[in-house]
Amino acid sequence: MVLPPGLPAPGFSLLASPDHLLSLAELRGRPVILAFYPADWSPECSDQMALYNEVLPEFERLGAQLLGLSVDGVWCHRAFAEDRRLRFPLLADFEPKGEVARRYGAYREGDGTAERALFVIDADGVIRWSYLSSVGVNPGANGILDALESIAAGDAPARLPPQEPAP
Amino acid sequence: MTMTRTTTPGTAPITTRVASDRLRPDVTDRDHSRGPVDAAVTLVEYGDYQCPYCRQAHPLVEMLQQRLGDAGSPFRFVFRNFPLIEIHSRALHAAEAAESVAAHGGEMAFWAMHNAIFEHQRDSAIALSDQNLAKYAVVAGVDETLVARDLKNGVHEPRVRDDFLGGVRSGVNGTPTFFINGVRFDGDWTDADVFARALEDAAAVASGR
Repeated sequence: MVLPPGLPAPGFSLLASPDHLLSLAELRGRPVILAFYPADWSPECSDQMALYNEVLPEFERLGAQLLGLSVDGVWCHRAFAEDRRLRFPLLADFEPKGEVARRYGAYREGDGTAERALFVIDADGVIRWSYLSSVGVNPGANGILDALESIAAGDAPARLPPQEPAP
Repeated sequence: MTMTRTTTPGTAPITTRVASDRLRPDVTDRDHSRGPVDAAVTLVEYGDYQCPYCRQAHPLVEMLQQRLGDAGSPFRFVFRNFPLIEIHSRALHAAEAAESVAAHGGEMAFWAMHNAIFEHQRDSAIALSDQNLAKYAVVAGVDETLVARDLKNGVHEPRVRDDFLGGVRSGVNGTPTFFINGVRFDGDWTDADVFARALEDAAAVASGR
C-alpha cells in the first residue's frame, strides 16, 4: 500500500546525475511531487514523464519541484532525459535497488520495479496526496494539480485516522 | 475509470480527492465540432497534429462517424489541441494554423485544414513547416498570408494552450486521449469494433435503454 496523506514523507538521498546526490530535505520549504514509475523508455506520446515535462510550467507556477524516480541507473536516466529533453531531475533508486520505493510502499516485488505512484509533499515535508495507478495507465497530472492547488489555498493536511478505534 | 484508490485497511479512504478523469471544460460553441450537435453521444479527442498515433486515429474516427451514422446512431466529434511541444517541434504551430484557418474561414475550413494536416503529416521532414501549413490553408480556402501572419504573431497560441491545460485538468495522459460523453475512454481505440461498441454503449446509456 502506498503511504497515505498525513504521514511525514520518508527522507532519502539519491543520485540525480552521476555526480549529484539530491536529498528530499534540501527541498523543504516548497511542495515536492514524487512520481515513481516502472521504467525509462516507454512509448513517447503516452509517456508519463513526457507529459509532466509539458505540464512543468503549471507545476512551477504552483511553486512545486517535480522529481521522477525509478530503479533505472543514472546513465540510463541521463540518456532518457536527454532523448526526451526532460527538464526535471530523474532520481536513480538503484542501490540498494528500489529502497526508496519500498519506503513509500511503491515497489513491485515480482517485477523488481517501482509502481506507478504519485506523492505530493507539502513545504513541511508532509504527504498531502498519494495515488497508486495501474502500472499500464499513465495517471496524468490532474490529481497532482488538484493537490498543489489545495496546498496553495492553505487547506489543512488530512488527519490520519486512529489505527485502532477508541474503546 | 480503471484507477485504484489509496485506502487504509479498515478505515474509510483518506485521500481527500481522487483524480477524476472526466472532461472538465464542457463542450461549447467554442469547440470545433463535426456531426449533429444534438447527437446522444459526443466524442472528444485531445490530439497533437504531429503525433503518429493521432494520425492513425484520424481516419478511424471518420470511419466510425460514417459507420455509426449509417446505423442510425450518429455521434458528434470534437477535436481539442494537446500539442506535446517538447517532443514534437511542429505540433504547436500546426495547431495554431488550424485555429487560424477556423478564425478566418469558419468551421468547414477548420475541418478541411484538420484533414490536410493529418494527411500530410508524414510527407517529408518539413511537412508541418510554417510554409507548408500555410499551403494547406489555401486548400482549406483561406488566404495563406493571413495564416502566415497569425503564426508569426502567435495569435492563436493562447487558445491552443487553453485547450492543453483543459486537457491536463481532464486527465489527458497522452495523445490521442478520447472522452465519450465526458468520460475518459481507456479502452483500445485502435480496435474499431471496441471503439464502436463503447460509442454504442454510451448511446444506449444516454437514451436510457
